Amino acid sequence: MTLKTHFREIEGRSPRYLLLLGGLLVLVALGLFAAVLKGTYGHHITGMNNQVVWGLPHIFAILLIVAASGALNAASFSSVFGRVAYKPLARLSGVLAMTLLIGGLVILVLDLGRPDRLVVAMTHYNFKSIFAWNIFLYTGFLAIVAVYLWFMIEKRMNRYSTIAGYTAFIWRLVLTTGTGSIFGFLVAREAYDAAILAPLFIAMSFSLGMAVFILVTMAMAAGTERPLGDLILRRMKNLLGIFVAGVLYFVLVYHLTNLYATRLHDVQGFILLSGGIYTFLFWVVQVGIGSIVPLVMLFHPVWSQSRRVIAAASGLVLVGGFAQLYVIVIGGQAYPLEMFPGYEMSSTFYDGVVASYTPSMVELMLGIGGTAFAFLLLAVVIKFLPILPTSLADAQVDPHAARSTASAQSAAAGA
Amino acid sequence: MSEENSPNLSRRQFISGAAAVVASLTVAPGVFLLKPAGAASNADGKRWGLLIDTSKCADGCTACVTACHEENGVHSLGRPQTDAQWIRKVHLTDRATGHQQSLPVMCQHCEHPPCVDVCPTKASFVRPDGIVLVDKHTCIGCRYCMMACPYKARSFIHEPLTDQKPHAPRGKGTVESCTLCVHKVDRGDGTTACVEACNKDGHRAMTFGDLNDPDSEIARRLKEQGSTAIRADLRLNPAVRYQGI
Repeated sequence: MTLKTHFREIEGRSPRYLLLLGGLLVLVALGLFAAVLKGTYGHHITGMNNQVVWGLPHIFAILLIVAASGALNAASFSSVFGRVAYKPLARLSGVLAMTLLIGGLVILVLDLGRPDRLVVAMTHYNFKSIFAWNIFLYTGFLAIVAVYLWFMIEKRMNRYSTIAGYTAFIWRLVLTTGTGSIFGFLVAREAYDAAILAPLFIAMSFSLGMAVFILVTMAMAAGTERPLGDLILRRMKNLLGIFVAGVLYFVLVYHLTNLYATRLHDVQGFILLSGGIYTFLFWVVQVGIGSIVPLVMLFHPVWSQSRRVIAAASGLVLVGGFAQLYVIVIGGQAYPLEMFPGYEMSSTFYDGVVASYTPSMVELMLGIGGTAFAFLLLAVVIKFLPILPTSLADAQVDPHAARSTASAQSAAAGA
Repeated sequence: MSEENSPNLSRRQFISGAAAVVASLTVAPGVFLLKPAGAASNADGKRWGLLIDTSKCADGCTACVTACHEENGVHSLGRPQTDAQWIRKVHLTDRATGHQQSLPVMCQHCEHPPCVDVCPTKASFVRPDGIVLVDKHTCIGCRYCMMACPYKARSFIHEPLTDQKPHAPRGKGTVESCTLCVHKVDRGDGTTACVEACNKDGHRAMTFGDLNDPDSEIARRLKEQGSTAIRADLRLNPAVRYQGI
């Protein structure tokens, strides 16, 4: 038997909350300013060019979109896998999934050459385009999760929340398959054109979404001074570790498969050995700081007991995810197209040379602005809707486990 | 809460169910992606194309590039990284033998163009006569076509433009590429600016014509002398063919 979970809106009048809102609003305003600048002067004020056509905004956007589907983890564990401990977090999980996705989409739309033609994108569909599929996948995700949240919040509809949870979980898997396939379907480029990018992105969504969710849960508990027990944190950090290892596995298989093919040796050598910033980001940030270090932190018997270590590990996973997307998105474009295998190639259009890309302040502002927008929405929603549980104390999350932990501790103390 | 008490059973059922749904959702659209080869080309009509003989293409000569950009109002804005290039001269060196050659590369006007496949709004399209174009009214500037093009044939307009030619509209925030001088073709000129310039200089490395007309010079030469497509492995059946590489 579990204790009944209570959800309550936050009061939202504390100076800390208002300061948070103010700070996020400033960042959103800066992002909008960046979008206006880009709209006025064109993309030449960014670091993007005809060689690297997708830049920093796309990394922010993909990170948010991938993390969005992963942020739904807690709700899925509760509704789909019947893990009662996650039930108090299911609503937050759904809301965070929606706001992160909206933040990512806002960045993508504002980075278009013609954001004013959004209505064209909504009315002219090419059903062979994975981009067009994604428009349906994203809007569908928002609709399904919104209904799912309604079923969870509205007592009369509670009994349908399981079926909504199943639908949302399947949808998020398809959605991230779609995101990974944006690259996986690009037959022209050596670094992409791989079916494994879809499951790799799904694995990334689990780990990045979990990392964001852990940080948000901890921040919410600290900010609202509602209790947060070790039990739920320990479960989430263990899962995060498993997800991080899962991502590493897919990365390993992706590179091993490509290393086997002689025609891909050059591009693999570029990413893994000679790619300068991309090689550094891959080995040091993605694999080292973003995967191995957090794995050690999350599973070390002593360190992993500390909340600060768990928070830091989650942060590092996000830094690693950012680096990973940088390597995939920018590195994959920087490596020149091999139009004539076996030939050295040169031209005034940067054929045959590694393309240069220096991220600009405008792109950074747009990326951070969209991210801030996602959290601004979250902060507003939890003020007006009963999203946050009043307590995440161990006894609330899993009374049985809490009791046995307590008795084990007292037994140990007695011995 | 009864559903929460039998997690193992429901999980197993769930995974098999989910796998089936994901598989069908993923595969189902693919069924419609297949179309009979040649469906894009208008078998009864024309298919415009180019034949480029690289042995006649002079190293250092950029007459075709200059003519194209003048014809279509493509100017350098002094920023080579973001300047549009509809056609460029590519210099090749065989890694194994050191053999060198140069050749022009532009939109290859594929029969199965990846840019058209990936374009979310159908702004990238193939005309019935095989010319691949961008509809400047529906291009939203997402640049996915640039990611997908194996020939790096497309440019994004990175800043406001002036002095456009009425027959070649261009616009900030949209993508563009070689139109195979569609305005000249539609006018009945029977040639393109690049071919004219190459002929004028006496190189005669480029031939324009109807690939579907067996009596045209281009079709006869392709049949008799053979040709190569760039990235033939992708089977896009480009309308621009090369000899000598």
